[in-house]
Amino acid sequence: MNLNLHVWRQSGPQDKGRMEQIQATGISADMSFLEMLDKVNEDLIAAGQEPIAFDHDCREGICGTCSLMINGVAHGPDGATTTCQLHMRSFQDGDAIYMEPWRARAFPVIRDLMVDRSSFDRIVEAGGYVSVNAGAAPDAHANLIPKAEADLAMDAAACIGCGACVASCPNGSAMLFVAAKIGHLAHLPQGQPERARRARAMVAQMDVEGFGACSNHFECEAVCPKEIPVRFIAEMNRDFLKASLCGQE
Amino acid sequence: MNLDSKIPEGPLQEKWTKHRFDMKLVNPANKRKYRIIVVGSGLAGGAAAATLGELGYNVDCFCFQDSARRAHSIAAQGGINAAKNYPNDGDSIWRLFYDTVKGGDYRSREANVYRLAEVANQIIDQCVAQGVPFAREYGGLLDNRSFGGAQVSRTFYARGQTGQQLLIGAYQSLARQVNQGSVTMHPRTEMLDVVKVDGHARGIITRDVVTGEIQRHAADAVLLCTGGYGNVFYLSTNAMGCNVTAALKAYRQGAGFANPCFTQIHPTCIPVSSEHQSKLTLMSESLRNDGRVWVPKKKGDQRPASQIPEDERDYYLERRYPSFGNLAPRDVSSRAAKERCDAGYGVGNTGLAVYLDFADAIQRVGKDVVEARYGNLFQMYHKITAEDPYQVPMRIYPAVHYTMGGLWVDYELQTTVPGLFALGECNFSDHGANRLGASALMQGLADGYFIAPYTVGNYLAQHASLSAAGKACVDDAAFAETEAAVRDRIGRLMGVGGKQSVESFHKRLGKIMWDHCGMARNDAGLRSAIEEIPKLREEFWQDVRVPGSIEGCNPEIDKAGRVADFLEFGELMCRDALHRTESCGGHFREESQTDEGEALRDDDQFSFASVWEYQGEGVEPALHQEDLAFDNVKLATRSYK
Amino acid sequence: MNRTAKTLRSTIGAKALMAVTGVALLLFVLGHMVGNLQVFGGRDMLNKYAHTLQSLGPLLWVIRGALLAILLLHVWAALQVTRANRAARPVAYEHARQDLATSYAARTMLVSGVVVVLFLIYHVLHFTVGAVDFAGSYGGHADLDGTEVHDVYGMVIGGFKHLPTALIYVVANLILVMHIAHGAASLLQTLGFRSQANAGKVRAFGLGFGVLIGIGNLAMPLSIMFGMVGD
Ligand SMILES: Cc1cc2nc3c(=O)[nH]c(=O)nc-3n(C[C@H](O)[C@H](O)[C@H](O)COP(=O)(O)OP(=O)(O)OC[C@H]3O[C@@H](n4cnc5c(N)ncnc54)[C@H](O)[C@@H]3O)c2cc1C
Ligand code: HEM
Ligand code: FES
Repeated sequence: MNLNLHVWRQSGPQDKGRMEQIQATGISADMSFLEMLDKVNEDLIAAGQEPIAFDHDCREGICGTCSLMINGVAHGPDGATTTCQLHMRSFQDGDAIYMEPWRARAFPVIRDLMVDRSSFDRIVEAGGYVSVNAGAAPDAHANLIPKAEADLAMDAAACIGCGACVASCPNGSAMLFVAAKIGHLAHLPQGQPERARRARAMVAQMDVEGFGACSNHFECEAVCPKEIPVRFIAEMNRDFLKASLCGQE
Repeated sequence: MNLDSKIPEGPLQEKWTKHRFDMKLVNPANKRKYRIIVVGSGLAGGAAAATLGELGYNVDCFCFQDSARRAHSIAAQGGINAAKNYPNDGDSIWRLFYDTVKGGDYRSREANVYRLAEVANQIIDQCVAQGVPFAREYGGLLDNRSFGGAQVSRTFYARGQTGQQLLIGAYQSLARQVNQGSVTMHPRTEMLDVVKVDGHARGIITRDVVTGEIQRHAADAVLLCTGGYGNVFYLSTNAMGCNVTAALKAYRQGAGFANPCFTQIHPTCIPVSSEHQSKLTLMSESLRNDGRVWVPKKKGDQRPASQIPEDERDYYLERRYPSFGNLAPRDVSSRAAKERCDAGYGVGNTGLAVYLDFADAIQRVGKDVVEARYGNLFQMYHKITAEDPYQVPMRIYPAVHYTMGGLWVDYELQTTVPGLFALGECNFSDHGANRLGASALMQGLADGYFIAPYTVGNYLAQHASLSAAGKACVDDAAFAETEAAVRDRIGRLMGVGGKQSVESFHKRLGKIMWDHCGMARNDAGLRSAIEEIPKLREEFWQDVRVPGSIEGCNPEIDKAGRVADFLEFGELMCRDALHRTESCGGHFREESQTDEGEALRDDDQFSFASVWEYQGEGVEPALHQEDLAFDNVKLATRSYK
Repeated sequence: MNRTAKTLRSTIGAKALMAVTGVALLLFVLGHMVGNLQVFGGRDMLNKYAHTLQSLGPLLWVIRGALLAILLLHVWAALQVTRANRAARPVAYEHARQDLATSYAARTMLVSGVVVVLFLIYHVLHFTVGAVDFAGSYGGHADLDGTEVHDVYGMVIGGFKHLPTALIYVVANLILVMHIAHGAASLLQTLGFRSQANAGKVRAFGLGFGVLIGIGNLAMPLSIMFGMVGD
């Protein structure tokens, strides 16, 4: 099939950037979305033009590197998937496809469709861990954890940190990401000693990075490739408020 | 080349304890005076950087991804082994050690493997303490499952995302050290060479892939934790960015490269569907616990699976390996699939696939149970192929998955270049000629959390005077020289200005490698590959087109450098495969097989690790051998019948 | 105090402030509605209620002051949050971002809030101060058990018999209902009381609360407008 692509092109952080129209030809339905881009890039290179820069690595939907706003939807129309797992059979010959980078103050564009998501790392660095040195751990069975709790922790921990939540949020909010990180550890006994501190520190860093607030639109949940539920945001709010207002300084 | 493996004296069980005592310690107050470079932030690199930071060293950690948490360890699905013996089914450290040596087809070092088995339990403790949400039973205890070729249940897992969860654990520890100031992360930074000063590794040259800046970094020791090189085949289950660059540069700087031809082909991957395919997707091996593998009995049978009656199906794994059946080890299952397809029994439009059928399991335990066990994998398969595996059998085919070969290291994980260490998949140490399922994660974390932190200290303590505690200096002439070479190479790549894309060369290399150095190898094929690859390389350097500019972000430059390195490395792999005329583990030489088509090892001639030493551009590398002694395990023919 | 202030300036804290002030406002709206529904009980009933309120004296001013403060806090936090949200995405998407989950009410909270403020001002000027009185029904007096009191009943009936005035109340209340339907559910999430299990109930609660206020507050202008109540 042939497609009419509208792609955000921006040569670097200083460039203003613009949408560019590119024809994609000879695309087969079995291709993944990124393989379609590979093909377009090969054609661009052959034509002496610069290929489209986009982020990707594992192409299995787990590393969270790929990131595209496709026709206004983060990771495209399929739902519960990443761009790398989206296939061209979800599109039809002659379709127009708009591709844009994640848009958020805290995700500056590097080039074309690539953005800088290091703000996510800084949020985790602020406190998203259990302070245990290698070698200091008790036996793995020292703590029994009810299966239901362990499963909940895993539901949150499944987050791949792609940033689709931010991209899809009308407020550019990172609440779902931060809530998943906090929720993962809050549901485990290992996470308890630092629970209050963690919630405070991570939320504070989230604010410093310039992400928006949550207006409970739940757009994040709708596009999350790992279907992380917004219940974790409610839990984070509670943890944060409790820690900030009642916990120890 | 001095291949002193530094295996400690004494009984196997006491070697590591004894060695830890013998090693020199760095005075705690002095640790912060040392700077250590860790290249890679996967399980091996992430764990090592975090642990060294915890110990008080200054660590610089590098990865090419935009975040440490995206290293390809994240893609591991199945699980991680340990000899906890929680299920009480007779497991022990000794059994894990034994299974791993046997699984590696007796081409690994006993002492290393034993140590791996020994620290494995500690890894599980550590990960649980970090908050890794391993699967649990209703009573709150950790759940175990059996996995690829083991007869005990020793695999810990977190749904189908074990690697992700372990990596998040390591990443969070790393984040904690970043917060405390002991580790500096350098994401989106590609290491392009090792710098040696007075024969010791003293730093690296990197390229910031966002700004294009070439940078020098000096340190007292350099740890390479850069993963595997499966992408030399173009199509593999590796991430797009996986490369051999770091390891190859180390090799060119004098580090021995061991067993480059030992690659693992995983039997259960989604088959190639078109020429535009960019990568292959693994379907966790755990599927073989319930799925049955078959092909039609009739050659070229075009009927849909559902119309092929039971008695016209060939459950070839169950037929050939009655005691292991569908759970036969990876190399064995992969070859069996290839054998059927080559003989014309393959299914699907390419004929390069076999069925993995869940109909029986669904009938036996119900769709719900199957869904609970494999739901996410079924969904992934459905997404990629648009076929519903609850209705029709999956189609699978083997794909390149893991590389057992890697930089040669001694018992201390040090390469033949002093001060240069290699951890995780990028070394050769523990898996011999074939890796058992769920043991790579174990090895990466063992190396990172529990081995390198000691042995690196031992090196630093011994060479304190040499390293002058952090005074290794980027102004040294060696840095300038190496940097100039790196710049020159990038300049040359950009300057070719040819017509063919980098990608197209990679594809062509991959095809040569897969055809001649893939699942089955033979003398003639390997020889022709050794002829073809240099030609392709030459063509690359004359006709490649690297668009864009040298400044700023240009992913094509990164790709071009990696492919250029693969073009060099592929040849080394073929040479190694050609030299090893026996079949062992993942290395199957057609000349060396039993009458029934099983791999035939040649212990008399090949009971060693092949270690290649770089001799200069265009010169054949020199081969050295590290003889392997088996004092505790009896060499036997692996049989899964 | 410093700590509370700091918390309230964070994105989550500001939202929590909106939620808590929102609860107070919701209770007020509910109480206000229940009180006014006494219009259906006849002139004496409503006038008595109004008179009781007015005779609270200074206490009435305290309550009014508190309500105003709460409203101002709510509005302040709303503006704070809105500003942060706008700043979080300085460059808009070229192809409109598609909404998959949110509702019209949720997307228009600021607009509905502003309308509510304008309406409140109008409402106070109309029925409390009498400064804006299109219907000309303000200022009458009536007899209540022998005392002369403000004829609130007459004012209301007269006001809503005037079609444009009644329509202003109908439209404003519909918009208030929207604000409340999202707000009442939203505050439970903001304060951490929503979970996977009660998500449906939370939604229903918001909707229910909104509908309740809607029925109550619309019943008055509509029934009077159509002449079903009043003399
Ligand atoms: C799909 C899949 C499934 C698997 N499943 C399992 C399983 O179930 N159980 C199991 O035990 N094993 C499994 N494995 C194998 C296992 O995941 C890997 O062997 C292991 O994770 C490798 O870890 P590592 O730390 O050595 O390397 P990686 O995780 O690959 O990390 C490499 C790091 O090095 C960095 N790097 C590489 N080159 C450079 C450079 N030039 N400059 C700078 N940085 C560089 C990268 O950025 C990255 O941070 C699986 C592998 C795959 C591909
Ligand atoms: C009677 C009057 C009002 C009531 C009962 C009320 C109630 C509420 C409630 C309960 C919420 C939900 C808070 C949360 O999500 O936690 C809310 C949100 C909101 N209110 Fe009000 N409110 C009133 C007036 C106003 C006014 C006057 C404004 C003016 C600007 C306003 C603006 C907002 C906005 C913008 C939000 C959404 C904030 C967000 O989620 O981002 N409200 N309101
Ligand atoms: S490329 Fe890894 S999730 Fe898409």
